[in-house]
Amino acid sequence: MSHVRSPIRQKWLTNTDTYGKITEDITRPIEAKPNMTWLFWTAVSGLVMLGGFACIAWTVYKGIGTWGLNKTVGWAFDITNFVFWVGIGHAGTLISAVLLLFRQEWRNSINRASEAMTIFAVLCAGLFPILHMGRPWLGLWFLPLPNTRGSLWVNFNSPLLWDVFAISTYLSVSLVFWYLGMIPDFGTIRDRMARGGKKLASQIYGALSFGWEGSSRNWSRYEIVSLILAGLATPLVLSVHSIVSMDFATSVIPGWHTTIFPPYFVAGAIFSGFGMVQTLMIVTRKVYKLEDYITMDHMESIAKIVLATGSLVGLAYTTEFFTAYYSGVLWERYLFVNRMFGPYWWAYFAMFTCNVVTPQLFWSKKIRTNMVATFIISIFVNIGMWFERFVIIVSSLHRDFLPSSWAMYTPTWVEAGIFIGTFGLFMFCFFLFSKYLPVINMFEVKTLLHHPKKPDHIVESVGGETTNA
Amino acid sequence: MNKSFLIGKFWDPDKVFAAAKRLKEQGVMIYDIYSPFPIHEIEPFLNIKRTRLSVASFIYGCLGFATAVTMMSLLYGAVWPMNIGGKPSLAFPDFVPITFEMTVLFAAHGMVITFFIIGRYWPGKKAFLMDDRQTDDVFVVAIDQEKVADEAAIRSVFEEEGAYEITTKDFKDQ
Repeated sequence: MSHVRSPIRQKWLTNTDTYGKITEDITRPIEAKPNMTWLFWTAVSGLVMLGGFACIAWTVYKGIGTWGLNKTVGWAFDITNFVFWVGIGHAGTLISAVLLLFRQEWRNSINRASEAMTIFAVLCAGLFPILHMGRPWLGLWFLPLPNTRGSLWVNFNSPLLWDVFAISTYLSVSLVFWYLGMIPDFGTIRDRMARGGKKLASQIYGALSFGWEGSSRNWSRYEIVSLILAGLATPLVLSVHSIVSMDFATSVIPGWHTTIFPPYFVAGAIFSGFGMVQTLMIVTRKVYKLEDYITMDHMESIAKIVLATGSLVGLAYTTEFFTAYYSGVLWERYLFVNRMFGPYWWAYFAMFTCNVVTPQLFWSKKIRTNMVATFIISIFVNIGMWFERFVIIVSSLHRDFLPSSWAMYTPTWVEAGIFIGTFGLFMFCFFLFSKYLPVINMFEVKTLLHHPKKPDHIVESVGGETTNA
Repeated sequence: MNKSFLIGKFWDPDKVFAAAKRLKEQGVMIYDIYSPFPIHEIEPFLNIKRTRLSVASFIYGCLGFATAVTMMSLLYGAVWPMNIGGKPSLAFPDFVPITFEMTVLFAAHGMVITFFIIGRYWPGKKAFLMDDRQTDDVFVVAIDQEKVADEAAIRSVFEEEGAYEITTKDFKDQ
């Protein structure tokens, strides 16, 4: 039963007064035939994805000599892209899990798309370490499986192996969370398609719905399962990027060997994830006309999180600098000066401007509610967070302890192609998702509607006789 | 399923709640309530006990924890100790990340699989629907005909609480 609710509390739904309208609005893109704009952009992203796959094929065929890596800079574009995509993958689970535990109602209309974004981003991320192995077909060697090589086991002390466990757990748990959330909605679409006489579609969504009936017994268990999954996913989301940061922090390289990394990386991940959520939501609400569900208040809430996490990231940058100075360690000090004024100064400048300065514009309500400005800032955030990883990785490596081995790194067209290709893959998956799956969680949004109007299909409300229209 | 139900259909969850409460007070056994979204705190009227899936999840988590610790200590302590920079191979602090991930992995997947099994959900399962809008905007209170003692009293509760339709629904084995 809906609880007592103060009339002055924020409303997360506008212009919606029946549950049926929610179903109708959200299933509209699924029922409609694909239009030219959708086909065009899906084809474009598909082509970009194929281009990326061609570069991957070339890398696998020729070896990673096709990349711009050298003996000094042994990690560069691929790890930058890996950390970039994993970071983006953090907002989805944060929105669906952490905000669920905090009972933030505004998450209800954006959790589905963000979870989808998480899964596609983690898929893109996973490609890079596998390709960097050089012989990706030996990727199974990363798993502690009984084998005939000795028997040779993996190194459990290595943070790279921790990553294997963290990323695969994160991907599979996020996938289950996402699918479980969609089961009741699949039931809704199944019945709606059946009513509309679309037999095949009804059968497909019916198979996906696992026979969902929406009984109180179903719901009672379902809610507990969702809550516990959220409880499990919350520390998981924090652990994954902490472990990613340990890839660097457990080394002895100046610029990497620092205890601030886990919280710094987690804040950065949430920041970049919300930046991407902003970009995608602005487009999705506009294209699918979902402004009544993803309201201006939602966009403002996201902007506030971007502002908060952007400032946190700024604090981390400054702390890092101060610690380097205060440590008195010669190499650590040199590294940070080199980061700011060395040959990669432009990357540092791009990072600091995009991540720390630009989000400060969100202090203004005018900018938070201006979708064009928000969109531009969100793109800046995405760019800035990519540069953050580039700065951390390349600027820490390119001038090591021996000046004789100092080197510069420039990516080759193959590396750039793979990176652009992952954007194609990400967008291609997202376009398919937005067309064939419900982009907004229908049943959770329905819980936000209090005191609904009588649906139109009920002609008169009297007991006794069938009155369904 | 070979059953017959007396059902009341509503369009407002608050009315369903009120009806369920009154039926419970009259000692009527409600078979189930079908709704497009969860109606909170309705479980006591249907005598639904809190699920023990949380306990199951805890047990699966313990299993994951034990698996991780056993696997790593066995492989790294006994089967294949590795000397990396002279550091101890049986280093438990290093095992923490993987142990944590395995605990979460087992707890999450174990619980969800159990949820599917006890709820009898599987891909392609046929749904028995009281109303084809019960997953959209209609709320259905269903009472097993065999357990109906005083049908008139139930009908009057439905009517007074604002059901827009009161009818019967039969399911027969095909």
